[in-house]
Amino acid sequence: MSADTSTTDTGPTGVPRADIVAVAIAECFRGDGERLCNPIGNLPLVGGRLAAATFEPHLAITDGFYSLLDNVPPVGLPEDERVAQRTVAHWNPYREMFGLLWHGRRHVMMGATQVDRFGNQNIAAIGDWARPKSQLLGFRGAPGNTINHTTSYWVPNHSPKVLVESVDVVCGIGYDRAAALGPVASRFHEIRRVVTNLAVLDFEATDPEGVPVMRLRSVHPGVTVDEVVEATGFDLVVPDEVLATRGPTAEEATAIERLDPKGLRFAEVPAQ
Amino acid sequence: MSGPDKRISESEAVAELSSGMTIGIGGWGSRRKPMSVVREILRSDLTDLTVVAYGGPDVGLLCRAGKVAKVISGFVSLDSIPLEPHYRAARQAGTIQAAEWDEGMLLLGLQAAAWRVPFLPTRAGLGSDVLVNMPDLRTVTSPYPEPSSGEAEELVAVPALALDAAFVHQHRADASGNALWLGEDPFMDDLFVRSAARAFVSCEQVVATDDLAGLADITRLRISRLDVTGVIEAPGGAHFTECPPDYGRDEVFQKRYAATAKSDEAWDGFRTDFLDIDEAGYRAKVAELRETAGSELREAGK
Repeated sequence: MSADTSTTDTGPTGVPRADIVAVAIAECFRGDGERLCNPIGNLPLVGGRLAAATFEPHLAITDGFYSLLDNVPPVGLPEDERVAQRTVAHWNPYREMFGLLWHGRRHVMMGATQVDRFGNQNIAAIGDWARPKSQLLGFRGAPGNTINHTTSYWVPNHSPKVLVESVDVVCGIGYDRAAALGPVASRFHEIRRVVTNLAVLDFEATDPEGVPVMRLRSVHPGVTVDEVVEATGFDLVVPDEVLATRGPTAEEATAIERLDPKGLRFAEVPAQ
Repeated sequence: MSGPDKRISESEAVAELSSGMTIGIGGWGSRRKPMSVVREILRSDLTDLTVVAYGGPDVGLLCRAGKVAKVISGFVSLDSIPLEPHYRAARQAGTIQAAEWDEGMLLLGLQAAAWRVPFLPTRAGLGSDVLVNMPDLRTVTSPYPEPSSGEAEELVAVPALALDAAFVHQHRADASGNALWLGEDPFMDDLFVRSAARAFVSCEQVVATDDLAGLADITRLRISRLDVTGVIEAPGGAHFTECPPDYGRDEVFQKRYAATAKSDEAWDGFRTDFLDIDEAGYRAKVAELRETAGSELREAGK
């Protein structure tokens, strides 16, 4: 592990960082085939829908509420347009969503107030859970999601306060917790990627006990490996060669514009 | 043959509660909450309630008004305002006990109570701090070997959430409690009803039983009078939460509510204006606010 590993092609490319991130998020869903692509938040939605609109055409997506769609409409539509532009393929009220996710045919991308090297995620509270310094969302669906199907995370503010040595509350379970449960109980657990405003991280490295740990997969153009290491609150595994996160193809750039005509993605990752 | 007439008022329903009870509240976040009943509980002298909910402003209001000893929830959120400010304040001040479960666990707890079994097994929660922070939650070992490994799997045993009383808000109901919803999600309302010793359905409109089937296809006739204790006709009863297609969320009012967490003065003012009055007074106040906002918009448009 080294903080001064050389990088390739990290210079600004003229492509907005938000578009790089959208592609990186789309890439999380590559290979998923026919399953529910369920990113939460505007930029994750743009990324997930980008995958569905291009290289993973058999994904299903939600309308953000109670149905699964067989078309890929833009994000952030006003209510009447959201309803008018959807091709409803399945009724998916919350209880059905639990049924779907317990069955496992889903890949969710959630946010994380904190995430650690094993991919443990916290969205519940900061401080002692019993009487938190800051009460957040609660556990929501994170425990059930992570034990039942593939999960990725989106972090719009890569910093040592978010990528922490250890999370205050384990909501989504990471690879150390999964390992402790054993191979049978954890057989559906997979934390695939963490995409941030600076980099893409995966779990294709292991600690000395063989437990998967977070590894730097690529840095976004214009970001150095040192910056990512500095902004990470634990010892990140950095391979000898770190590539730059790829930008959108011409087809993808067109799709991103169609999927996010209002530029909601720039609220999370501003144009430089 | 027909069911008995179970129509009652909010105050008659709340009079059947007593302090220390476990009550379930239907809906989801700031969606189709039986708010007219919640307002009636706020006006009562009930205390030490355990509230079970996919929580929204119902939970926040009850916490702020000192009605709650414990909240059992999957989350508490106002949807368009992600963090419920009064629940948040109560948690941070340590004035309530909390059981924060995985969302799906709550469904199973209600289903277990409705089916009269002590628990239902799930993978949800395994390995997470749900089990660490709420040590009264137990696991169970499967009596059946997992086929590929032969291993006896350990699963979370979600305990039955038996409710002393439940309140849900539906779009239409008849006088004996057959009820239907017209939105896109029934939420867990039918499970809340069936999990409770006494279940109360508030609705936008009471209609004749003959008319129910004509209002929607039969799959929306989700709640049966067999499970219902009382029916409350409460037009606008979900305000300020949403109740589509009848009405959307009153986002302006919700912002006003959320701002009451900023100071005791803000809360006291809100309480005087909107809570220390009866439901008819509340409706009149809300209509007045809309009128004012409408005329301000018209002024701005000139």
